[in-house]
Amino acid sequence: MTHRTRHLLPYVLIGLAGLAAPLIAPTYLVQLALLWMMILFALTWDLCGGQMGYNSFGNILFFGIGCYVPAVVQRGLYRHIAEYATVTGGEVQKLTLTQYFTGFALGLALAVVIAVAVGAILGSGILGMRGHYFAICTLGVGIAAGEIANGWEYIGSGSGMLAPIYPGTANARPIFFYYLFFLFAVMCFFTLKWMYSGRFGLAINAIRDDEDKAEAMGIHTTHYKTVAWCVSGFFLALAGGAFGHLNNFIDRDVAFPGATFGVWMVLMAILGGKGTIWGPVIGATVFHVTQEFFWTYLFGWQRVALGLLIVIIVVFFPLGIMGWLREQWPEKFGETVDVAARAAPVSLGDS
Amino acid sequence: MIDNLLLLYDAPILSVQLLVDGLMIGAIFALAAYGMALVWGVMDIINIAQGEFVMLGGYVTFFLATRAGIHPLLTVPAAAAALFILGWVLYRLVIFRIVDQDMFISILATFGISIVLQQLANELFGADVQTAESGLGTLFFADGMVTVPEIKVVSFVAALALGAALFVFLRNSRLGQAIRATAQNARAARIMGVNTDRVYAMTFALNAAICGAAGSLVVMTWLIHPYLGLAYTLRSFMIVVVAGLGSIVGVIFASLGLGAAENFAGFILGTEYQAAFVFSLLVVILLLRNFQLSRQRKHLK
Repeated sequence: MTHRTRHLLPYVLIGLAGLAAPLIAPTYLVQLALLWMMILFALTWDLCGGQMGYNSFGNILFFGIGCYVPAVVQRGLYRHIAEYATVTGGEVQKLTLTQYFTGFALGLALAVVIAVAVGAILGSGILGMRGHYFAICTLGVGIAAGEIANGWEYIGSGSGMLAPIYPGTANARPIFFYYLFFLFAVMCFFTLKWMYSGRFGLAINAIRDDEDKAEAMGIHTTHYKTVAWCVSGFFLALAGGAFGHLNNFIDRDVAFPGATFGVWMVLMAILGGKGTIWGPVIGATVFHVTQEFFWTYLFGWQRVALGLLIVIIVVFFPLGIMGWLREQWPEKFGETVDVAARAAPVSLGDS
Repeated sequence: MIDNLLLLYDAPILSVQLLVDGLMIGAIFALAAYGMALVWGVMDIINIAQGEFVMLGGYVTFFLATRAGIHPLLTVPAAAAALFILGWVLYRLVIFRIVDQDMFISILATFGISIVLQQLANELFGADVQTAESGLGTLFFADGMVTVPEIKVVSFVAALALGAALFVFLRNSRLGQAIRATAQNARAARIMGVNTDRVYAMTFALNAAICGAAGSLVVMTWLIHPYLGLAYTLRSFMIVVVAGLGSIVGVIFASLGLGAAENFAGFILGTEYQAAFVFSLLVVILLLRNFQLSRQRKHLK
């Protein structure tokens, strides 16, 4: 095998497995669809958290926007204005296939536009903060968005709203959503890979390592930071739109699940290894598979377990799986190792 | 919303009621915020589990008052003591490992702790809203237009007294001096013979105890449930950001102001938006502060 084909092999294998999944495991399609969503979550979080050093706890904001906007578009698109005025959001809407897909596509497009716009506006302000302040400010943003959605009557406030029912056959529904999530995750992976491989990746890594120096080198840091956050928002809005329609019912806890998805995306990225492209993919897969297998046996204690897991991973394994592999086999990661220096570590730092 | 504003204009006495209620809540925020500033200043850790300490302190009082029949006001020291132990244990288990680590690890680790405590409370005590009756009466002012439950007055005074006691303790006691020395320069303090590890443990435990006492006051005057923690954490953070790390007077004024602002917002926008207002206010305050600093080519960090 040549070097090139060996590099392509994982992509081909994962791609084929992803495409063939509906044939191999038709009963687990929804879980597999969510696996792709988790991968997308971890990748988008890592774009800011791992590669740029801006640890956001509020990326769930974009997911929530993505959930609500397509449902609102679907609700308004095929109704007469008089009928629309009386809509409360509670009733089931039946659409034809064409109506459903046109409405959904339009909704997703609008969701992406809104999410990116919100990301750009908020980001240009919030991304000026650093460290603690950025983390906690985004935490506030995520929760505030959920609270506003919970109070806003136009989108059903506390009682939530319904996305239209999928009009095709019952078998086609999971397949459609599976491929949708698969497509989004693959798009996300290759977009990020492409972004990391060029100037953009170098710039955001420079921001992570030393923002002041990066700025002094002439990098427009705010510009890069905002673009990175908007890219996260772009893909999270897509994932949110698909999840809202898959779930049919949307309320605050579905659209802004800060305590589950919001924390998981951080945890998965750290578990796999921050600042790498494969780390989040591995972390998300390990996390999702473990939780699907074991979570149900914990009978409600799973959230306690999640908290413990966060503490343990963060305190004891902050480097994650990829970081551990890298420490074990640095040569595989293209690092040259000075054996003598490794054997006798000397530290001159203060401690 | 406009109706509510007009109502305030027509009946100004309502504003007095809102203001009084807000100030009473604010005093309790001040306790939690002071604890957060203490841990932040001394250990350079932002404790996301702050609100969970408040919540657990509330449950200590709730159970002592309802199960053991002790008057809730007498259980404040018990709540503080229980949380002091919890804080000490948490420090010995987790926190001491993250004191020297970068801030992201400490935020995420305390975030994990907050989830554990919150979910444990949910599993063990149930998700219901709880309150402990103090059995005190209500004071009436201005022909009954302004009502103030006596327990709120008591808790307001208790909160301020606790804050003052803490201030004196930090100022005059031997341990308080060690804590302040460590906050100024941990390395120099070590050289001068201060056992900084013990100081950190005491600081963290002391903070938990303050929050526990605050929670005990919360359950008597308002209510508690397992999920109220994060709101208290973010309020504390907001107060410390506005007041600055070293200023106790600033903390008191910011807390009282926040309590009043929140109460007015809850009345004008409707209670369903009160929480949204608090969290949005946090974002707005941080943005404004950062904008101020950015004009001097500085930023929040």
